[in-house]
Amino acid sequence: MSTSTSLSDTETQNGFVMTERDRELILATQAGLPLVSDPWAELGKKLNMDADEVLSRFQALQDAGVIRRVAAVPDHYRLGYRYNGMTVWDIVDDRVAELGAAIGELPFVSHCYRRPRHLPYWSFNLFAMVHGTTREEVEDKAAQIRAVLGDACRQNTILYSSAILKKTGLRLRK
Amino acid sequence: MTLDAADRQLIDSYQRNLPVCERPYEEIARSLGLTEAEVIHRLSALQEKQVLSRVGPVFEHSQAGASLLAAVAAPEAQMDLVAARINRAPGVNHNYAREHTYNLWFVMTAPDHELLDEHLDELEHELRLPMLRLPMVEGYHIDLGFDIDWEALS
Repeated sequence: MSTSTSLSDTETQNGFVMTERDRELILATQAGLPLVSDPWAELGKKLNMDADEVLSRFQALQDAGVIRRVAAVPDHYRLGYRYNGMTVWDIVDDRVAELGAAIGELPFVSHCYRRPRHLPYWSFNLFAMVHGTTREEVEDKAAQIRAVLGDACRQNTILYSSAILKKTGLRLRK
Repeated sequence: MTLDAADRQLIDSYQRNLPVCERPYEEIARSLGLTEAEVIHRLSALQEKQVLSRVGPVFEHSQAGASLLAAVAAPEAQMDLVAARINRAPGVNHNYAREHTYNLWFVMTAPDHELLDEHLDELEHELRLPMLRLPMVEGYHIDLGFDIDWEALS
């Protein structure tokens, strides 16, 4: 195996060398896999690779963490979760890692991240995404998060998306 | 949106992880007791109805490049205009209007951090609005979905 890489090869943070062919595969699959019996052969026709190469490259991207997961990705809004609440919390710094992990474990939280504050404009350092069929459902879930956080939480709010997006047609996902 | 038991089961079982093997749909069919053709037909129909946004890979942008969540406080009357400008900026893949002073929230991606900062600077300059830049410091639960409460939806 050669150690040289072409100009277009790039190394990911964890040392995986991504080639132009990998990038072509990413582009060809980012809107989804072909829904046919042998999706790899179908992709191979487009990419001029054989099915085995497509599958092994795909698995390598998955092993390297470039592909986070492969899934039937639901559109929660279409399913009826009309209220998407980005709950944001101002947590005492030395407890945010421990509490973030606890909030991430809650079954109804779809994402949970720590992010930097931008004082005085933005004081929230923990973000947890929750979804509901009503506002009350989102608020109930936020209350459950609040209960876990206890005294470590100094303030919090919920930023809803769906109502405005629907009215102005601003559902801008590409 | 009414989905039958098999559709629900497909979503419940495969919204987190789909088998990556030679015949993935056959594998799914085997474990759900359906035929491969039925699995393919159902997934295609769910995708057509946009109940599934796709069946496929979810990429980790921090591995393949750089990405960042940012927000701006657009004056109410200019929201559409500002949102359209954000959408035209290179690498923007999400943009949500939210009920808050910071009312437009978007994710920008780029091949590397230098380029990302450059594109964000350009957009900030074009918008003439201060931009809240909120990189992920730590992820505790990263986009693995959540259990669908079918009863609440019906």
